[in-house]
Amino acid sequence: MAKKELKPSQIQAQIEAENAAALEALRKRREKEHRKMERSKGSNKQVGKSWKNDIGIFLFLTVLGLFMLAPIYIAIVTSLKPVNEIFIMPPRLYAMDPTFDNFKDLFVVANNSWVPFSRNVFNSIFVTVAATLFHVVFACTAGFILAKCRFPGCKAINKIIVIALLFNSQVTYIMQYIVMANLGMINTYSALIFPLIASTMGLYLMIQSVGQIPDAMIEAAKVDGASLLRICWGIVMPNSKPALMTIIIFQFQAAWNSNGGSLVYDEALKTIPTVVQQIAAAGMARQGAIAASAVVLMIPPLAIFIAAQSNVMETMAHAGMKD
Amino acid sequence: MAAETQKKEILLPSERKMSFKERWGYTWHEMKRNSMCYLMMLPFMIFFLFFTVIPVVMALPIGFTDFDMAHFPPKFIGLQNFYTMFLEDDVFIGSIRTTLIFAIFTGPLSYALSFFLAWLINELHPVLKTIFTLIFYAPSMAGNIYFVWQLIFSGDAYGYLNAVLNELGITTAAIQWLTDANYLLGCVIVVQLWVSMGAGFLAMRAGFQGIDKAMYEAGAIEGISNRWQELIYITIPSMGPQLMFAAVMQIVSSFTVDLVGRSLAGFPSTDYKAHTIMTHAFDYGWIRYEMGYASAICFVLFLAMLLCNQLISKILGKYMN
Repeated sequence: MAKKELKPSQIQAQIEAENAAALEALRKRREKEHRKMERSKGSNKQVGKSWKNDIGIFLFLTVLGLFMLAPIYIAIVTSLKPVNEIFIMPPRLYAMDPTFDNFKDLFVVANNSWVPFSRNVFNSIFVTVAATLFHVVFACTAGFILAKCRFPGCKAINKIIVIALLFNSQVTYIMQYIVMANLGMINTYSALIFPLIASTMGLYLMIQSVGQIPDAMIEAAKVDGASLLRICWGIVMPNSKPALMTIIIFQFQAAWNSNGGSLVYDEALKTIPTVVQQIAAAGMARQGAIAASAVVLMIPPLAIFIAAQSNVMETMAHAGMKD
Repeated sequence: MAAETQKKEILLPSERKMSFKERWGYTWHEMKRNSMCYLMMLPFMIFFLFFTVIPVVMALPIGFTDFDMAHFPPKFIGLQNFYTMFLEDDVFIGSIRTTLIFAIFTGPLSYALSFFLAWLINELHPVLKTIFTLIFYAPSMAGNIYFVWQLIFSGDAYGYLNAVLNELGITTAAIQWLTDANYLLGCVIVVQLWVSMGAGFLAMRAGFQGIDKAMYEAGAIEGISNRWQELIYITIPSMGPQLMFAAVMQIVSSFTVDLVGRSLAGFPSTDYKAHTIMTHAFDYGWIRYEMGYASAICFVLFLAMLLCNQLISKILGKYMN
């Protein structure tokens, strides 16, 4: 018989191909049935999505969304208004003669300080990227362990994390400063970056989200001989993509807006928010310039948000996993 | 905690009756067996220890001292700060009321609104999802653009709100939105609500995105007949962890309302109308440099938040199981 001479691997491949074909056929049939079901649902406006409902939701969200956006719109308009238009009465909701003067002013003043503004831009980018990268890598790894492993001390650590989230004291910052001073970190990049890495919020979100991954998935990987590190980054993280992206957004935003003014006093180490604050406090505190700086500072977090959100895949890989 | 309740409880040998030595030996063995776990947690935990745990542990006892940041070490005065707070400080008692008003409006209301909006957004086309998520999250990304709200609520005719009301003929004179005790609290609540679609909302969006689509198909077969049932029987139970996270975030943000009030209504605000517990702590800590008293205030607030957190995790835990 010809079949007997096949190597085991070939037999396996054949079986796999047959299985795949069968699965494909089954999937197609299910999809067809599903579509039929959807259509029948559409007629009596239940479970399935009817376009009338969707338009209602869309209109509702648009009206509410306009309220949410209005102040931001006003900030942008104010940043584009020349000085003489800012004091028109009653105030206009648009700039009659839009100008980038406010932005130019901001950069001119920023460039006239002791260090070139490009240095502050570099500081901001360096601090933000370092803080985001290390925080995400460390917090995801630790979050996976705390959510899925049982070991002595695990419950206690989980409790401490919630308490740390809730504890919000006026003196915590002073104590943090004292710790950093004792470690000799004041006036270095590490004073800006390290406290951001220790942010508890990202870790807590990761613990909560990884808890949803089925245990069976992790057990299966363990049986296959994958190391914990491999399981974490090869299996669990790709399956927690929405949470991962959310953490990146949070952390990037927190790092970008962090004002380390009291931790570094060297002009060459200051980040953009600190410099902008100095400019605003140094007499150029005009509405236009403040608005311009607010608009400029908003752009990078916005870009990260859009990049991260469009990366979140709608279908999750563990969709087919059943316990 | 929801993350813990989800895990299956296994009766460890350590829960049987054992002598101290035996028990310690077992724990040591378990620790050695799980050494990889500790190793993987280590990088984060080092930072966490130095920049969160140690500062918090150092800050905790300051509430029992008289500390002005200049004289070291802080002088221990026992419960004196707490006596003063509850028995002599009228402004503090008033701030409890203000904080509770804020907590009720921006806590449960904002939480429910976040969930409701996240759910509605989830029903839309993927592109619209991203756009609307962006719109509702934008206020927290815009950071501190309170100057815009000051423009809107400005007490003269330059203010947008006054201008609009005048144009429409509803009012004839400008209203002092941010200094009139009748309107001030309302204005601050509106702004706080505006800014509150933050971490909780985004986490809920992530939660919705992570729900297994097959669950809805299964639900439809099991006889779920409308979107409300779908929400109650499938969506909410499978979003427990995100709901818990959002609850914690909401507790923190609604109990510690401070900056919005200070930057809008000024400090101190008219009649202490927008004076929250956190504003009171700021007052004593950074204006009068009475750090001991400020820490005592924060400590009381922390206990209140802890209690609230326990309560909510109990309720959520019960509902999820």
